[in-house]
Amino acid sequence: MGSGNREKFDNPVVEWVDSRLPVFTLMQKEYGVFPTPKNFNYFWNFGAIAMVMLVTMIVTGIALAMHYVPHAAMAFDSVERIMRDVNHGWLLRYLHANGASFFFIAVYIHIFRGMYYGSYKNPRELLWILGVVIFLLMMATAFMGYVLPWGQMSFWGATVITNLFSAIPLVGDSIVTLLWGGFSVDNPTLNRFFALHYLLPFVIFAVVFLHVWALHVTGSNNPLGIEPKGKQDTLPFHPYYTIKDTFGLLVFLLLYVGYAFFAPNDLGHPDNYIPADPLVTPAHIVPEWYFLPFYAILRAITFDIAIPFTDIVLISAKLGGVLAMFGSIALLFALPFLDKHPVRSAVFRPWFKIAFLALAVVTFILGVCGGKPAEGLWVPLAQICTLYYYAFFLVIIPFLNKKEPVAKLPPSIHEAVLSKNKQG
Amino acid sequence: MKYSIFIFLMILTIGFASGSAVAAESSHKIPHQHWSFDGVFGTYDRGALQRGFQVYTQVCAACHSMKHLSYRNLSALGYSEAEVKAIAAQNTVTDGPDDEGEMFERPMKPSDKFKNPYENDKQARYANNGALPPDLSLITKARHGGADYIYALLTGYAEAPEGETLGAGQHWNKYMPGNKIAMAAPLSDDMVGYEDGTPATLDQYARDVSHFLTWAAEPEMEVRKRTGIKVFIFLLIFAGIMYATKRKIWAGVKKS
Repeated sequence: MGSGNREKFDNPVVEWVDSRLPVFTLMQKEYGVFPTPKNFNYFWNFGAIAMVMLVTMIVTGIALAMHYVPHAAMAFDSVERIMRDVNHGWLLRYLHANGASFFFIAVYIHIFRGMYYGSYKNPRELLWILGVVIFLLMMATAFMGYVLPWGQMSFWGATVITNLFSAIPLVGDSIVTLLWGGFSVDNPTLNRFFALHYLLPFVIFAVVFLHVWALHVTGSNNPLGIEPKGKQDTLPFHPYYTIKDTFGLLVFLLLYVGYAFFAPNDLGHPDNYIPADPLVTPAHIVPEWYFLPFYAILRAITFDIAIPFTDIVLISAKLGGVLAMFGSIALLFALPFLDKHPVRSAVFRPWFKIAFLALAVVTFILGVCGGKPAEGLWVPLAQICTLYYYAFFLVIIPFLNKKEPVAKLPPSIHEAVLSKNKQG
Repeated sequence: MKYSIFIFLMILTIGFASGSAVAAESSHKIPHQHWSFDGVFGTYDRGALQRGFQVYTQVCAACHSMKHLSYRNLSALGYSEAEVKAIAAQNTVTDGPDDEGEMFERPMKPSDKFKNPYENDKQARYANNGALPPDLSLITKARHGGADYIYALLTGYAEAPEGETLGAGQHWNKYMPGNKIAMAAPLSDDMVGYEDGTPATLDQYARDVSHFLTWAAEPEMEVRKRTGIKVFIFLLIFAGIMYATKRKIWAGVKKS
């Protein structure tokens, strides 16, 4: 961000500002001429899309916060007042509620793309880790946001999830009391969740800044997973990727507004239109769809882990579930250090490709399991899928490190694109 | 383009998975009904809304509150300002304190919320054998199946099958989760006199009141869908132009 070699701008006002604070030079360098691999497919749109969704969430969220009342006795009614009496309040709320889902859709596709094309590998490990940090912050933010309408699912979701922390030995109960601000989910809980739900998006924004900064140091990965070797392999970000991102974003927004305007409650749960009642437990407590795979992992651990032939329980089923759930995300942090295979892209790793696509399917099945009651065949199915999830990271990837043949890679992006065009 | 199709399918399956996440547990599946508010271009039927409001006022309102609605909202049903005033004034409310510090009774105004049949939940439970009649403002959004469910519930009363015992004050309903419901069958033929010649049948009452309750839960639906169509068309055209621009900008790149 220094002002080393700066080219003069013709416009005197721009030049005056830029010579004192080179923001125009920065934008020109990072978003104008920024060399970007020329072979991106549409999977590379989702970073920009996620950024737009983050901004949408912050803007609609701030407007909603102007009308929302964070009090256990008034929160539910204040949301209904937004829906009925605030000008375009229904629009703000439905954009915000469905925006959360579509933010997660964008981020899940973004993560899927990063894993498929090996974007987490050297030298982009820190870039990936910052991304996982954003994902974790998003989960915390979304969870607390879902509590705010103070419906039945808000209240009982909050009760179930905060209770997870009681599984931590020794300090668990104290942590839960701290989270609740009392001895049950109540008004203090709602107040602190509202405060944190307002704070965390700005923390996310800050980490996104670091994420983008790290990206602009290493440059983008690409579907071939080989580094650009020179000018013939790259294009300036503008206009090539500004226009491609804009088009992709608009297609994504079509789906988003389709839900927000025509099926605004399809991704939610009817029980959350029933005001919170601490005395009535819903038949099935389910989180929002984007948490379902993790919820399934949490519930898959139905057994205590004990020292054989004794009654000494090392890890109770509850603690085991919590560890398995948080572990599933911890594995994402560790991924760049687990996967040592020299080839990045799954395009040139047929073994990895099969194992990874299987992981994607397994995660989807886990999501379905998470939405079903924890009974019957859903339990063993979730257990098998959880086992595969862990095996992928801890068994399959180390195995592939040693055994998967190192394919011969194209000499450059340029030549690969040329030969592909000749074939096509 | 094959990726966008893939993504589209993925999003569709997500919607499907979440929609089918939890199934209601009653002995019968809720049948789908045809409603004028179905679909992207759906609108409410003003006649059905007014009839449904009549059924609510004359039957449901004896036990069920609708605390999120004000009388002024009824203008959306096609009532004039004077009619709304007259409807509101049929009930009284305790207001105050006045300048002398006394509470007083006055007729309700369009700005007042719908009259609650009970003073509080305790009174409501006491009057209903311990069961609390739920507030109906949001009922179609708060139940799986929405209007279909309300219609099915109101028309789904039957004799309990053999082997099933009902407790005191319980009734058998094919569509209630668990099949046991505290509310006795509320509607029957010729119960409410319609003025527009619509048949006065249980089926018609149930249909109209479900229509009215859908409006009550989603009064913004018509303007929402109208706005949505405009937004969708705008984005579609914008996306088309951006796609054409993208093709033009990228035209030189592919060949080199």
